[in-house]
Amino acid sequence: METLHFHHKVKHRAAGTKAMAIVGVVASGNLEVLVERILPNSDCELDIKTAAEGFGAVWQLVVADFVELRSPGGLKLSINDGGARPDTVAIRLAQAVRLIEDVDT
Amino acid sequence: MRTWREARIARDARIDAGRALAKHKLVEARDGVALLEAVIRPGDRVCLEGDNQKQADFLAQCLAAVDVHRVHNLHMVQSGVVLPEHLDVFESGVAKRLDYAYSGPQSSRIAGMLFGGKIELGAVHTYLELFARYFVDLTPNVALIAAVSADRDGNLYTGPNTEDTPTVVEATAFKDGVVIAQVNEIVECVPRVDIPGDRVHFIVKSDKPFYVEPLFTRDPAAITESQIFTAMLAIAGIYAPYKVRRLNHGIGFNTAAIELLLPTYGERLGLKGKVASHWAVNPHPTLIPAIESGWVEQIHCFGSEVGMDDYIRARSDIYFTGSDGSLRSNRALCQTAGLYACDLFIGSTLQIDLQGHSSTVTASRIAGFGGAPNMGSDARGRRHPSDPWLRAGKEADPDVTAPLRRGRKLVVQIGETFGDSYAPLFVEKLDAIILAEKIGLELAPVMVYADDVTHIVTEEGIANLLLCRTKDEREQAIRGIAGYTDVGRARDKKAVKALRERGVIRRPEDLGINPLDVDRNMLAARSIKDLVRWSGGLYEPPSRFRNW
Repeated sequence: METLHFHHKVKHRAAGTKAMAIVGVVASGNLEVLVERILPNSDCELDIKTAAEGFGAVWQLVVADFVELRSPGGLKLSINDGGARPDTVAIRLAQAVRLIEDVDT
Repeated sequence: MRTWREARIARDARIDAGRALAKHKLVEARDGVALLEAVIRPGDRVCLEGDNQKQADFLAQCLAAVDVHRVHNLHMVQSGVVLPEHLDVFESGVAKRLDYAYSGPQSSRIAGMLFGGKIELGAVHTYLELFARYFVDLTPNVALIAAVSADRDGNLYTGPNTEDTPTVVEATAFKDGVVIAQVNEIVECVPRVDIPGDRVHFIVKSDKPFYVEPLFTRDPAAITESQIFTAMLAIAGIYAPYKVRRLNHGIGFNTAAIELLLPTYGERLGLKGKVASHWAVNPHPTLIPAIESGWVEQIHCFGSEVGMDDYIRARSDIYFTGSDGSLRSNRALCQTAGLYACDLFIGSTLQIDLQGHSSTVTASRIAGFGGAPNMGSDARGRRHPSDPWLRAGKEADPDVTAPLRRGRKLVVQIGETFGDSYAPLFVEKLDAIILAEKIGLELAPVMVYADDVTHIVTEEGIANLLLCRTKDEREQAIRGIAGYTDVGRARDKKAVKALRERGVIRRPEDLGINPLDVDRNMLAARSIKDLVRWSGGLYEPPSRFRNW
């Protein structure tokens, strides 16, 4: 098990008003993403617990692209990773942000 | 003085030698080995029928058991190297030289034997190419084929898996060769005549029905979200804009995902009746929901698929069927259909290089090609127009005047940027080239050449290579969808951005794909059982795909 932490300054606050969302499953080759709107609008943090060690450099790139593309200001993402490939990670991150962009009713 | 019929005389002598073991044409299974020893001569060209589906397995066992002092140095000219016996004959010295097309299950052993010099390799062909050579310079002296049933005169019923048989028999029987058929049963009257009896010299009733591999069955339960994602990209980014009606799908989970998304995602995009209506493809079980939803008008098949027989029989509006009601497949004709009458081929691969050459050969496995290089190539002899073909041609050559502009077949490679065991789809140098250097091949076994590939689809987006004007643009277009592989990470970000602005690269966001739709619930069937339900109980999946 390896723990990774990333902190980014971002341009825009994530859309929507939802406070929390969760997507995915903890399984081999898959991952679970919990996203919470608890940070200042200019910040984004990711805490990753991964079963696959030695992929820190790839995670760094995936996270940097995600932050640039989605501008997820104010969000903290907590990830439980079962060794998912980058394609699955990218889909899950996009889904998590898309879910929290909803207006809370 | 030359008789001009020496081959005919030699053929008759072989048949006479075999007749000693036969009653009329019928040979007992226990005499199978003796029959082959009597008929086959050292150095003969032999076609042992077998492809990626059906196998003349009994005759393969007989050939592996012949006395090597009597039968040796054979030149095997066959579609598939699939059964262990297909390679055993090279271990024992019965066979020496090999020309073939496909070696899926034996890909690792055949690589070892090529490295070890046990096999003298002619070439790895595409099916249609090998069939063509049967009529020019690789005509078999003896063909060992498989059929479902025979009557006493040798008329053969091949059933739904007709596949290569008519082509193999045509080349052999009409050029002084001997045709030996294994059959599951001898009957009074065959249900339909697939091969006329005067082309068949000996019939052996085998102990067991010939083997058929359910190669084209993909369990929807095993389709991943990444495969769903790439399938949605292909539908939205290629099927929709080019309005592809006539197509072939390669084997794999990405294309199975496309088939299962047509009635859901495709329907939502309003594509029903506009795309994917006419097919040259095997009877994929994953096409059942699209057929039942009214998407498909017609399908011609290379072979059949285990468990699909009753469904096909009940859907003769869709499939080609015989007077007996069952499927009539024909690999050579379906390959021709795919080459000349389809506007799109889409399939998976294992490696793509910086120019777009694509190969399924890896350092330790030589899987052969099957039909992919034929399906996945632009037919230079094509002369009829169609909208997708003309549009692709215009994208490739905007400056040529329309009446003189060739169209282009859409040849699409689809896959995730990382495959099994984190193997990258994109590489600087193909293993196929390393292999060719290692065993001294003049041609690297490239499955689809770069100049035939028009689009590459990954989870990062679609690269439209038709719109690339230079080698450098092409390389950056490929790097630009290569994700986090080394090839993808070495991209020139500025160049990739410019290519996206020109529409050479299209991202999922550019195509309006909502990540929340990337969900297994989007598949029209999520299990084999769902497929059975869609078929109204007509599809009978093989036991290995049943978990209920």
